[in-house]
Amino acid sequence: MTNGRTSPTDQDAERALVAPGTGNGLADVFRSRFLLKLLVRKELRIRYRGSVLGLLWTYVKPGVQFVAFYVALGVFLGLEQSPTNRGGLPNYAVYLFSGIILVNFFTESLSTATRSIVNNSGLINKIYLPRELFPVSSVWVSAVHFLPQMFVLVVACLFSGWRPGLVEAYTAVAGFLIIALLATGLGLFFGAANVYFRDSENFVDLLLMVATWVSPVLYSWRMVQAKAGDLWFSVYQLNPITIAVESFHHAFWLPTTAGAEGSPPNLVTLWIPVGLLVSLLILFLGQWTFRRLEGRFAQEL
Amino acid sequence: MTTAIEIRNINKQFVLRHTRSLKEALVWLIRGRKGDLSKKFHALRDLSIDVEHGETVALLGLNGSGKSTLLKHISGVMLPDSGTVRTGGRVAGLIEVGAGFHPDLSGRDNVYLNGAILGMTEAQIKEKFDSIVEFAEIGEFIDTEVKFYSSGMYLRLAFSVAVHTDPDVFLVDEILAVGDEPFQKKCLAKIKELAAAGKTLIVVSHDLDLVAHVCDRGILLEHGSVVMDGPVGDVISRLRNR
Repeated sequence: MTNGRTSPTDQDAERALVAPGTGNGLADVFRSRFLLKLLVRKELRIRYRGSVLGLLWTYVKPGVQFVAFYVALGVFLGLEQSPTNRGGLPNYAVYLFSGIILVNFFTESLSTATRSIVNNSGLINKIYLPRELFPVSSVWVSAVHFLPQMFVLVVACLFSGWRPGLVEAYTAVAGFLIIALLATGLGLFFGAANVYFRDSENFVDLLLMVATWVSPVLYSWRMVQAKAGDLWFSVYQLNPITIAVESFHHAFWLPTTAGAEGSPPNLVTLWIPVGLLVSLLILFLGQWTFRRLEGRFAQEL
Repeated sequence: MTTAIEIRNINKQFVLRHTRSLKEALVWLIRGRKGDLSKKFHALRDLSIDVEHGETVALLGLNGSGKSTLLKHISGVMLPDSGTVRTGGRVAGLIEVGAGFHPDLSGRDNVYLNGAILGMTEAQIKEKFDSIVEFAEIGEFIDTEVKFYSSGMYLRLAFSVAVHTDPDVFLVDEILAVGDEPFQKKCLAKIKELAAAGKTLIVVSHDLDLVAHVCDRGILLEHGSVVMDGPVGDVISRLRNR
Protein backbone atom coordinates (compact mmCIF):
# COMPACT_ATOMS: atom_id res chain seq x y z
CA MET A 1 0.00 0.00 0.00
CA THR A 2 2.58 2.51 1.10
CA ASN A 3 4.68 3.43 -1.87
CA GLY A 4 7.86 4.06 0.04
CA ARG A 5 7.91 7.82 -0.41
CA THR A 6 5.05 8.69 1.90
CA SER A 7 5.16 7.68 5.53
CA PRO A 8 1.95 6.35 7.13
CA THR A 9 1.25 9.68 8.83
CA ASP A 10 1.57 11.52 5.53
CA GLN A 11 -0.88 9.12 4.02
CA ASP A 12 -3.37 9.66 6.83
CA ALA A 13 -3.12 13.40 6.29
CA GLU A 14 -3.66 12.92 2.56
CA ARG A 15 -6.70 10.83 3.29
CA ALA A 16 -8.44 13.32 5.55
CA LEU A 17 -12.06 13.58 4.48
CA VAL A 18 -12.83 16.58 2.32
CA ALA A 19 -15.85 17.56 0.29
CA PRO A 20 -15.18 16.93 -3.42
CA GLY A 21 -16.00 19.51 -6.02
CA THR A 22 -15.28 22.58 -3.93
CA GLY A 23 -12.15 24.36 -5.05
CA ASN A 24 -10.33 27.57 -4.30
CA GLY A 25 -11.06 29.26 -7.59
CA LEU A 26 -8.17 31.01 -9.27
CA ALA A 27 -5.74 29.79 -6.60
CA ASP A 28 -6.37 26.26 -7.90
CA VAL A 29 -5.51 27.40 -11.40
CA PHE A 30 -2.12 28.47 -10.12
CA ARG A 31 -1.71 25.07 -8.48
CA SER A 32 -2.56 23.28 -11.74
CA ARG A 33 -0.19 25.34 -13.88
CA PHE A 34 1.11 22.22 -15.62
CA LEU A 35 -2.41 21.44 -16.82
CA LEU A 36 -2.86 25.09 -17.76
CA LYS A 37 0.30 24.91 -19.84
CA LEU A 38 -0.95 21.78 -21.64
CA LEU A 39 -4.38 23.31 -22.29
CA VAL A 40 -2.77 26.41 -23.78
CA ARG A 41 -0.44 24.31 -25.93
CA LYS A 42 -3.38 22.21 -27.12
CA GLU A 43 -5.37 25.30 -28.07
CA LEU A 44 -2.40 26.77 -29.96
CA ARG A 45 -1.89 23.53 -31.88
CA ILE A 46 -5.47 23.04 -32.92
CA ARG A 47 -6.50 26.64 -33.59
CA TYR A 48 -4.93 26.77 -37.03
CA ARG A 49 -4.92 23.05 -37.77
CA GLY A 50 -5.21 22.20 -41.43
CA SER A 51 -4.41 25.74 -42.56
CA VAL A 52 -1.50 26.63 -44.82
CA LEU A 53 -0.64 29.91 -43.13
CA GLY A 54 -0.97 28.50 -39.60
CA LEU A 55 0.19 30.92 -36.95
CA LEU A 56 0.85 33.50 -39.67
CA TRP A 57 -2.88 34.26 -39.50
CA THR A 58 -2.18 36.15 -36.29
CA TYR A 59 -0.20 38.61 -38.44
CA VAL A 60 -2.47 38.63 -41.48
CA LYS A 61 -5.73 39.40 -39.67
CA PRO A 62 -4.62 42.51 -37.77
CA GLY A 63 -2.53 43.53 -40.77
CA VAL A 64 -5.49 43.66 -43.14
CA GLN A 65 -7.66 45.31 -40.50
CA PHE A 66 -4.97 47.91 -39.94
CA VAL A 67 -4.60 48.74 -43.64
CA ALA A 68 -8.37 49.10 -44.08
CA PHE A 69 -8.72 51.43 -41.10
CA TYR A 70 -5.62 53.38 -42.04
CA VAL A 71 -6.78 54.09 -45.56
CA ALA A 72 -10.41 54.80 -44.64
CA LEU A 73 -9.88 56.85 -41.51
CA GLY A 74 -6.33 58.12 -41.78
CA VAL A 75 -6.31 59.08 -45.45
CA PHE A 76 -9.94 59.54 -46.55
CA LEU A 77 -11.37 60.98 -43.33
CA GLY A 78 -8.19 62.97 -42.70
CA LEU A 79 -7.19 61.77 -39.26
CA GLU A 80 -3.53 61.61 -40.24
CA GLN A 81 -1.41 64.74 -40.13
CA SER A 82 0.12 65.72 -43.44
CA PRO A 83 1.45 68.94 -45.00
CA THR A 84 -2.04 69.64 -46.36
CA ASN A 85 -3.85 68.48 -43.22
CA ARG A 86 -2.34 70.16 -40.17
CA GLY A 87 -5.15 69.22 -37.80
CA GLY A 88 -4.55 65.44 -37.92
CA LEU A 89 -2.58 63.17 -35.63
CA PRO A 90 1.15 62.84 -36.31
CA ASN A 91 2.34 59.29 -36.94
CA TYR A 92 -1.27 58.09 -37.21
CA ALA A 93 -0.14 54.62 -38.34
CA VAL A 94 1.62 53.98 -35.03
CA TYR A 95 -1.27 55.52 -33.11
CA LEU A 96 -3.77 53.25 -34.84
CA PHE A 97 -1.72 50.05 -34.68
CA SER A 98 -0.83 50.30 -30.99
CA GLY A 99 -4.51 50.70 -30.11
CA ILE A 100 -5.82 48.05 -32.49
CA ILE A 101 -3.59 45.23 -31.28
CA LEU A 102 -4.52 45.89 -27.65
CA VAL A 103 -8.26 45.96 -28.39
CA ASN A 104 -7.85 42.82 -30.53
CA PHE A 105 -6.23 41.09 -27.57
CA PHE A 106 -9.26 42.02 -25.49
CA THR A 107 -11.75 40.98 -28.17
CA GLU A 108 -10.18 37.59 -28.76
CA SER A 109 -9.74 36.87 -25.03
CA LEU A 110 -13.25 37.73 -24.01
CA SER A 111 -14.92 36.09 -26.97
CA THR A 112 -13.10 32.76 -26.51
CA ALA A 113 -13.32 32.85 -22.70
CA THR A 114 -17.08 33.36 -22.85
CA ARG A 115 -17.47 30.24 -24.99
CA SER A 116 -14.82 28.20 -23.16
CA ILE A 117 -17.10 26.60 -20.55
CA VAL A 118 -19.78 25.50 -22.99
CA ASN A 119 -17.17 24.31 -25.49
CA ASN A 120 -15.54 22.12 -22.86
CA SER A 121 -18.82 20.70 -21.58
CA GLY A 122 -17.63 17.17 -22.39
CA LEU A 123 -14.93 17.45 -19.75
CA ILE A 124 -16.84 19.50 -17.20
CA ASN A 125 -19.66 16.94 -17.28
CA LYS A 126 -17.42 14.04 -16.45
CA ILE A 127 -14.33 15.00 -14.53
CA TYR A 128 -13.86 17.48 -11.74
CA LEU A 129 -11.08 19.99 -12.35
CA PRO A 130 -10.78 23.70 -11.55
CA ARG A 131 -13.11 25.07 -14.21
CA GLU A 132 -11.51 28.49 -14.05
CA LEU A 133 -8.76 26.86 -16.11
CA PHE A 134 -10.79 27.22 -19.30
CA PRO A 135 -11.39 30.99 -19.31
CA VAL A 136 -7.87 31.61 -18.00
CA SER A 137 -6.29 29.46 -20.71
CA SER A 138 -8.37 31.32 -23.35
CA VAL A 139 -6.90 34.63 -22.21
CA TRP A 140 -3.45 33.07 -22.14
CA VAL A 141 -3.77 31.79 -25.71
CA SER A 142 -4.82 35.26 -26.84
CA ALA A 143 -1.78 36.71 -25.09
CA VAL A 144 0.43 34.33 -27.07
CA HIS A 145 -1.23 35.54 -30.27
CA PHE A 146 -0.76 39.13 -29.11
CA LEU A 147 3.00 38.73 -28.68
CA PRO A 148 4.07 38.70 -32.35
CA GLN A 149 1.90 41.78 -33.01
CA MET A 150 3.60 43.47 -30.10
CA PHE A 151 6.93 42.64 -31.74
CA VAL A 152 5.83 44.27 -35.01
CA LEU A 153 4.75 47.35 -33.08
CA VAL A 154 8.09 47.64 -31.28
CA VAL A 155 10.02 47.33 -34.56
CA ALA A 156 7.80 49.95 -36.22
CA CYS A 157 8.27 52.29 -33.26
CA LEU A 158 12.05 51.90 -33.30
CA PHE A 159 12.06 52.93 -36.98
CA SER A 160 9.98 55.99 -36.07
CA GLY A 161 12.60 57.08 -33.56
CA TRP A 162 11.14 55.51 -30.42
CA ARG A 163 13.45 55.67 -27.38
CA PRO A 164 11.45 54.45 -24.38
CA GLY A 165 12.14 55.42 -20.79
CA LEU A 166 10.99 53.97 -17.47
CA VAL A 167 7.59 55.72 -17.55
CA GLU A 168 6.93 54.29 -21.01
CA ALA A 169 7.79 50.77 -19.82
CA TYR A 170 5.45 51.21 -16.87
CA THR A 171 2.50 52.41 -18.94
CA ALA A 172 3.02 49.61 -21.49
CA VAL A 173 2.96 46.90 -18.81
CA ALA A 174 0.02 48.58 -17.05
CA GLY A 175 -1.96 48.76 -20.28
CA PHE A 176 -1.44 45.07 -20.92
CA LEU A 177 -2.30 44.13 -17.32
CA ILE A 178 -5.50 46.17 -17.31
CA ILE A 179 -6.73 44.36 -20.42
CA ALA A 180 -5.62 40.89 -19.23
CA LEU A 181 -7.32 41.26 -15.82
CA LEU A 182 -10.44 42.78 -17.31
CA ALA A 183 -10.77 40.06 -19.96
CA THR A 184 -10.28 37.31 -17.35
CA GLY A 185 -12.86 38.85 -15.01
CA LEU A 186 -15.46 39.40 -17.71
CA GLY A 187 -14.62 36.01 -19.24
CA LEU A 188 -15.33 34.26 -15.93
CA PHE A 189 -18.57 36.15 -15.56
CA PHE A 190 -19.94 35.69 -19.07
CA GLY A 191 -18.50 32.18 -19.42
CA ALA A 192 -20.46 31.04 -16.35
CA ALA A 193 -23.59 32.93 -17.39
CA ASN A 194 -23.37 31.35 -20.85
CA VAL A 195 -24.04 27.92 -19.32
CA TYR A 196 -27.47 29.08 -18.21
CA PHE A 197 -28.30 31.59 -20.91
CA ARG A 198 -26.70 31.32 -24.33
CA ASP A 199 -27.74 34.95 -24.78
CA SER A 200 -24.50 35.67 -22.97
CA GLU A 201 -22.26 35.05 -25.97
CA ASN A 202 -24.44 37.18 -28.22
CA PHE A 203 -24.36 39.97 -25.67
CA VAL A 204 -20.56 39.72 -25.54
CA ASP A 205 -20.38 39.90 -29.35
CA LEU A 206 -22.38 43.10 -29.17
CA LEU A 207 -20.11 44.47 -26.47
CA LEU A 208 -16.99 43.66 -28.49
CA MET A 209 -18.41 45.26 -31.61
CA VAL A 210 -18.68 48.55 -29.72
CA ALA A 211 -15.41 48.17 -27.78
CA THR A 212 -13.20 49.52 -30.59
CA TRP A 213 -15.35 52.63 -30.96
CA VAL A 214 -15.89 53.70 -27.35
CA SER A 215 -12.15 53.98 -26.75
CA PRO A 216 -9.76 56.36 -28.52
CA VAL A 217 -8.36 53.70 -30.87
CA LEU A 218 -9.26 55.34 -34.17
CA TYR A 219 -9.68 58.97 -33.07
CA SER A 220 -8.01 61.23 -30.53
CA TRP A 221 -9.16 61.65 -26.93
CA ARG A 222 -9.11 65.43 -27.52
CA MET A 223 -12.11 65.11 -29.85
CA VAL A 224 -14.10 63.49 -27.03
CA GLN A 225 -13.07 66.13 -24.54
CA ALA A 226 -13.98 68.92 -26.93
CA LYS A 227 -17.48 67.57 -27.62
CA ALA A 228 -18.38 66.06 -24.26
CA GLY A 229 -16.98 68.50 -21.73
CA ASP A 230 -14.93 67.73 -18.67
CA LEU A 231 -17.54 65.87 -16.66
CA TRP A 232 -18.56 63.43 -19.39
CA PHE A 233 -14.94 63.05 -20.38
CA SER A 234 -14.22 61.77 -16.85
CA VAL A 235 -17.02 59.24 -17.25
CA TYR A 236 -15.52 58.23 -20.61
CA GLN A 237 -12.16 57.83 -18.89
CA LEU A 238 -13.55 55.35 -16.33
CA ASN A 239 -13.63 52.61 -18.99
CA PRO A 240 -10.55 50.44 -18.31
CA ILE A 241 -10.13 49.73 -22.04
CA THR A 242 -9.89 53.48 -22.69
CA ILE A 243 -7.21 53.83 -20.03
CA ALA A 244 -5.30 50.83 -21.37
CA VAL A 245 -5.36 52.17 -24.94
CA GLU A 246 -4.17 55.59 -23.75
CA SER A 247 -1.41 53.88 -21.76
CA PHE A 248 -0.25 52.14 -24.91
CA HIS A 249 -0.37 55.42 -26.83
CA HIS A 250 1.67 57.02 -24.07
CA ALA A 251 4.23 54.21 -24.22
CA PHE A 252 4.59 53.65 -27.96
CA TRP A 253 3.11 56.50 -29.94
CA LEU A 254 3.75 59.69 -27.93
CA PRO A 255 7.59 59.30 -27.82
CA THR A 256 7.65 59.04 -31.63
CA THR A 257 5.94 62.44 -31.99
CA ALA A 258 6.99 65.93 -30.95
CA GLY A 259 4.75 65.44 -27.92
CA ALA A 260 2.41 68.29 -28.76
CA GLU A 261 -0.66 66.04 -28.68
CA GLY A 262 0.03 64.80 -25.17
CA SER A 263 -1.84 62.24 -23.09
CA PRO A 264 -5.01 62.95 -21.12
CA PRO A 265 -4.29 64.90 -17.90
CA ASN A 266 -3.26 62.73 -14.93
CA LEU A 267 -3.05 59.57 -17.04
CA VAL A 268 0.04 58.16 -15.37
CA THR A 269 -0.65 59.30 -11.81
CA LEU A 270 -4.41 58.88 -11.57
CA TRP A 271 -6.09 57.05 -14.44
CA ILE A 272 -3.73 54.07 -14.73
CA PRO A 273 -4.15 53.16 -11.03
CA VAL A 274 -7.91 53.66 -11.45
CA GLY A 275 -7.91 51.36 -14.48
CA LEU A 276 -5.97 48.67 -12.64
CA LEU A 277 -8.34 48.95 -9.70
CA VAL A 278 -11.49 48.74 -11.81
CA SER A 279 -10.07 45.69 -13.64
CA LEU A 280 -9.19 43.98 -10.36
CA LEU A 281 -12.66 44.71 -9.03
CA ILE A 282 -14.23 43.15 -12.12
CA LEU A 283 -11.91 40.15 -11.76
CA PHE A 284 -13.11 39.59 -8.17
CA LEU A 285 -16.71 40.05 -9.22
CA GLY A 286 -16.24 37.60 -12.09
CA GLN A 287 -14.63 35.01 -9.83
CA TRP A 288 -17.36 35.45 -7.23
CA THR A 289 -20.20 34.92 -9.72
CA PHE A 290 -18.33 32.05 -11.34
CA ARG A 291 -18.04 30.23 -8.02
CA ARG A 292 -21.69 30.75 -7.25
CA LEU A 293 -22.76 29.36 -10.60
CA GLU A 294 -20.23 26.54 -11.16
CA GLY A 295 -21.94 24.11 -8.76
CA ARG A 296 -24.66 23.45 -11.31
CA PHE A 297 -22.54 23.47 -14.47
CA ALA A 298 -22.59 19.67 -14.86
CA GLN A 299 -26.36 19.38 -14.79
CA GLU A 300 -27.04 22.41 -16.98
CA LEU A 301 -24.64 21.61 -19.79
CA MET B 1 -9.58 0.81 8.28
CA THR B 2 -10.32 4.40 7.44
CA THR B 3 -13.28 5.89 5.66
CA ALA B 4 -12.86 6.49 1.95
CA ILE B 5 -16.29 7.87 1.15
CA GLU B 6 -18.86 9.26 3.54
CA ILE B 7 -22.22 10.21 2.13
CA ARG B 8 -24.82 11.64 4.48
CA ASN B 9 -28.45 12.19 3.53
CA ILE B 10 -27.84 13.68 0.13
CA ASN B 11 -30.67 14.85 -2.05
CA LYS B 12 -30.48 15.88 -5.67
CA GLN B 13 -33.25 17.27 -7.78
CA PHE B 14 -32.93 18.04 -11.45
CA VAL B 15 -35.00 20.77 -12.93
CA LEU B 16 -36.13 19.67 -16.33
CA ARG B 17 -36.72 23.02 -17.89
CA HIS B 18 -38.69 22.89 -21.08
CA THR B 19 -37.61 26.27 -22.24
CA ARG B 20 -35.99 29.50 -21.26
CA SER B 21 -36.92 31.67 -24.18
CA LEU B 22 -38.92 34.84 -23.80
CA LYS B 23 -41.37 33.80 -26.48
CA GLU B 24 -42.35 30.55 -24.75
CA ALA B 25 -42.67 32.27 -21.38
CA LEU B 26 -44.95 34.89 -22.93
CA VAL B 27 -47.15 32.26 -24.55
CA TRP B 28 -47.35 30.50 -21.19
CA LEU B 29 -48.45 33.72 -19.46
CA ILE B 30 -51.06 34.55 -22.08
CA ARG B 31 -52.55 31.07 -21.90
CA GLY B 32 -53.24 31.61 -18.22
CA ARG B 33 -50.13 29.86 -16.86
CA LYS B 34 -51.37 26.40 -17.69
CA GLY B 35 -48.90 23.66 -16.94
CA ASP B 36 -45.44 24.09 -15.54
CA LEU B 37 -42.56 25.75 -17.29
CA SER B 38 -40.27 23.39 -15.44
CA LYS B 39 -40.55 19.90 -14.07
CA LYS B 40 -38.56 18.49 -11.18
CA PHE B 41 -37.02 15.09 -11.02
CA HIS B 42 -35.71 13.54 -7.82
CA ALA B 43 -32.47 11.80 -8.81
CA LEU B 44 -31.15 11.05 -5.34
CA ARG B 45 -33.34 10.85 -2.27
CA ASP B 46 -31.98 11.05 1.27
CA LEU B 47 -29.13 8.71 0.42
CA SER B 48 -26.41 7.72 2.90
CA ILE B 49 -23.48 5.39 2.27
CA ASP B 50 -20.15 4.73 3.95
CA VAL B 51 -17.28 3.05 2.17
CA GLU B 52 -14.03 2.04 3.84
CA HIS B 53 -10.66 2.13 2.14
CA GLY B 54 -9.98 -1.15 0.35
CA GLU B 55 -13.61 -2.06 -0.24
CA THR B 56 -14.86 -3.06 -3.68
CA VAL B 57 -18.41 -1.87 -4.13
CA ALA B 58 -20.84 -2.48 -6.99
CA LEU B 59 -23.61 0.04 -7.52
CA LEU B 60 -26.53 -1.85 -8.97
CA GLY B 61 -29.94 -0.87 -10.18
CA LEU B 62 -32.02 -0.41 -13.28
CA ASN B 63 -31.55 2.46 -15.72
CA GLY B 64 -32.39 5.78 -14.13
CA SER B 65 -32.00 4.60 -10.55
CA GLY B 66 -29.32 7.20 -9.86
CA LYS B 67 -26.08 5.21 -10.14
CA SER B 68 -24.23 7.55 -12.45
CA THR B 69 -25.53 10.61 -10.65
CA LEU B 70 -24.18 9.17 -7.42
CA LEU B 71 -20.76 8.65 -9.02
CA LYS B 72 -20.76 12.26 -10.18
CA HIS B 73 -21.37 13.37 -6.61
CA ILE B 74 -18.46 11.28 -5.38
CA SER B 75 -16.11 12.69 -8.01
CA GLY B 76 -17.24 16.26 -7.29
CA VAL B 77 -18.62 16.95 -10.75
CA MET B 78 -22.00 17.55 -9.12
CA LEU B 79 -22.82 19.00 -5.72
CA PRO B 80 -25.80 17.78 -3.66
CA ASP B 81 -28.79 20.05 -2.96
CA SER B 82 -28.67 19.01 0.69
CA GLY B 83 -26.58 16.60 2.74
CA THR B 84 -22.83 16.12 2.56
CA VAL B 85 -20.34 14.10 0.57
CA ARG B 86 -16.80 13.72 1.84
CA THR B 87 -13.98 11.68 0.36
CA GLY B 88 -10.57 10.70 1.67
CA GLY B 89 -7.52 10.40 -0.56
CA ARG B 90 -7.40 11.01 -4.27
CA VAL B 91 -10.47 10.04 -6.25
CA ALA B 92 -10.27 9.40 -9.99
CA GLY B 93 -12.85 8.23 -12.43
CA LEU B 94 -12.70 5.77 -15.25
CA ILE B 95 -15.88 7.51 -16.29
CA GLU B 96 -16.30 7.53 -20.05
CA VAL B 97 -12.63 7.20 -20.76
CA GLY B 98 -11.26 9.55 -23.32
CA ALA B 99 -13.37 12.54 -22.31
CA GLY B 100 -10.22 14.66 -22.33
CA PHE B 101 -8.82 13.32 -25.57
CA HIS B 102 -8.48 15.61 -28.53
CA PRO B 103 -8.50 13.95 -31.98
CA ASP B 104 -6.04 16.42 -33.50
CA LEU B 105 -3.30 15.80 -30.95
CA SER B 106 -0.84 12.93 -31.11
CA GLY B 107 -1.15 9.97 -28.77
CA ARG B 108 1.80 11.32 -26.79
CA ASP B 109 0.25 14.77 -26.29
CA ASN B 110 -3.04 13.17 -25.31
CA VAL B 111 -1.37 11.01 -22.69
CA TYR B 112 0.11 14.12 -21.09
CA LEU B 113 -3.06 16.16 -21.37
CA ASN B 114 -5.33 13.44 -20.06
CA GLY B 115 -2.94 12.47 -17.29
CA ALA B 116 -2.86 16.08 -16.12
CA ILE B 117 -6.65 16.35 -16.36
CA LEU B 118 -6.95 13.28 -14.15
CA GLY B 119 -4.69 14.93 -11.60
CA MET B 120 -1.21 13.58 -12.33
CA THR B 121 1.86 15.76 -12.03
CA GLU B 122 4.39 16.21 -14.83
CA ALA B 123 6.93 13.98 -13.05
CA GLN B 124 4.35 11.22 -12.53
CA ILE B 125 3.37 11.19 -16.19
CA LYS B 126 6.98 11.11 -17.33
CA GLU B 127 7.73 8.24 -14.98
CA LYS B 128 4.75 6.17 -16.13
CA PHE B 129 4.74 7.12 -19.79
CA ASP B 130 6.43 3.96 -21.08
CA SER B 131 4.26 1.77 -18.96
CA ILE B 132 1.12 3.53 -20.24
CA VAL B 133 2.12 3.02 -23.88
CA GLU B 134 3.07 -0.57 -23.28
CA PHE B 135 -0.19 -1.41 -21.53
CA ALA B 136 -2.20 0.20 -24.34
CA GLU B 137 -0.25 -1.76 -26.97
CA ILE B 138 0.02 1.36 -29.11
CA GLY B 139 3.71 1.03 -29.90
CA GLU B 140 4.95 3.07 -32.87
CA PHE B 141 1.61 4.88 -33.31
CA ILE B 142 2.14 6.95 -30.18
CA ASP B 143 3.23 9.97 -32.24
CA THR B 144 0.34 9.65 -34.69
CA GLU B 145 -2.69 11.88 -34.30
CA VAL B 146 -5.41 10.14 -32.36
CA LYS B 147 -8.02 10.69 -35.09
CA PHE B 148 -6.24 8.06 -37.18
CA TYR B 149 -6.50 5.45 -34.41
CA SER B 150 -8.99 2.63 -34.61
CA SER B 151 -11.70 2.90 -31.97
CA GLY B 152 -10.09 0.02 -30.10
CA MET B 153 -6.69 1.72 -29.98
CA TYR B 154 -8.31 4.93 -28.84
CA LEU B 155 -10.12 3.27 -25.94
CA ARG B 156 -7.07 1.24 -24.96
CA LEU B 157 -4.90 4.31 -24.67
CA ALA B 158 -7.55 6.20 -22.72
CA PHE B 159 -8.09 3.29 -20.36
CA SER B 160 -4.37 2.86 -19.92
CA VAL B 161 -3.89 6.51 -18.88
CA ALA B 162 -6.77 6.25 -16.43
CA VAL B 163 -5.51 3.11 -14.67
CA HIS B 164 -2.06 4.62 -14.33
CA THR B 165 -3.26 7.68 -12.40
CA ASP B 166 -2.88 5.69 -9.19
CA PRO B 167 -5.66 7.19 -7.05
CA ASP B 168 -6.91 5.82 -3.73
CA VAL B 169 -10.49 5.58 -4.88
CA PHE B 170 -11.42 4.41 -8.37
CA LEU B 171 -14.80 5.15 -9.88
CA VAL B 172 -15.59 2.80 -12.76
CA ASP B 173 -18.63 3.44 -14.93
CA GLU B 174 -19.49 0.96 -17.69
CA ILE B 175 -16.08 0.95 -19.22
CA LEU B 176 -15.16 -2.67 -18.86
CA ALA B 177 -16.40 -3.23 -22.39
CA VAL B 178 -13.20 -1.78 -23.79
CA GLY B 179 -11.61 -3.17 -26.94
CA ASP B 180 -11.46 -6.78 -28.08
CA GLU B 181 -11.68 -9.79 -25.81
CA PRO B 182 -7.98 -10.20 -25.01
CA PHE B 183 -7.79 -6.54 -24.01
CA GLN B 184 -11.00 -6.81 -21.95
CA LYS B 185 -9.41 -9.64 -20.03
CA LYS B 186 -6.32 -7.55 -19.52
CA CYS B 187 -8.42 -4.65 -18.21
CA LEU B 188 -10.29 -6.92 -15.87
CA ALA B 189 -7.04 -8.39 -14.59
CA LYS B 190 -5.71 -4.86 -14.04
CA ILE B 191 -8.80 -3.87 -12.08
CA LYS B 192 -8.57 -6.98 -9.93
CA GLU B 193 -4.92 -6.21 -9.38
CA LEU B 194 -5.85 -2.72 -8.15
CA ALA B 195 -8.43 -4.20 -5.80
CA ALA B 196 -5.86 -6.67 -4.49
CA ALA B 197 -3.45 -3.77 -3.91
CA GLY B 198 -6.00 -2.30 -1.51
CA LYS B 199 -7.53 0.36 -3.76
CA THR B 200 -11.14 1.26 -3.22
CA LEU B 201 -13.33 0.49 -6.22
CA ILE B 202 -16.81 1.75 -6.96
CA VAL B 203 -18.14 -0.03 -10.04
CA VAL B 204 -21.25 0.70 -12.05
CA SER B 205 -22.08 -1.95 -14.62
CA HIS B 206 -25.00 -3.85 -16.03
CA ASP B 207 -22.80 -6.87 -16.59
CA LEU B 208 -23.80 -8.68 -13.38
CA ASP B 209 -21.45 -11.63 -13.80
CA LEU B 210 -18.51 -9.33 -14.20
CA VAL B 211 -19.53 -7.27 -11.18
CA ALA B 212 -19.86 -10.38 -9.07
CA HIS B 213 -16.38 -11.32 -10.18
CA VAL B 214 -14.75 -8.01 -9.19
CA CYS B 215 -16.70 -6.71 -6.18
CA ASP B 216 -17.43 -7.95 -2.67
CA ARG B 217 -20.15 -5.56 -1.65
CA GLY B 218 -23.27 -4.63 -3.56
CA ILE B 219 -25.56 -1.65 -3.15
CA LEU B 220 -28.93 -1.69 -4.87
CA LEU B 221 -30.42 1.65 -5.83
CA GLU B 222 -34.02 2.30 -6.76
CA HIS B 223 -35.42 5.75 -7.59
CA GLY B 224 -32.44 7.38 -5.94
CA SER B 225 -32.53 5.52 -2.64
CA VAL B 226 -30.62 2.56 -1.26
CA VAL B 227 -32.93 -0.44 -1.04
CA MET B 228 -30.34 -3.08 -0.23
CA ASP B 229 -26.73 -3.11 0.91
CA GLY B 230 -24.91 -6.41 1.42
CA PRO B 231 -22.68 -9.09 -0.12
CA VAL B 232 -22.67 -8.70 -3.88
CA GLY B 233 -24.09 -12.19 -4.56
CA ASP B 234 -27.20 -11.55 -2.45
CA VAL B 235 -27.83 -8.16 -4.01
CA ILE B 236 -27.50 -9.56 -7.54
CA SER B 237 -29.94 -12.39 -6.87
CA ARG B 238 -32.44 -9.89 -5.49
CA LEU B 239 -32.03 -7.73 -8.60
CA ARG B 240 -32.50 -10.78 -10.83
CA ASN B 241 -35.62 -11.96 -9.02
CA ARG B 242 -37.50 -8.75 -9.43
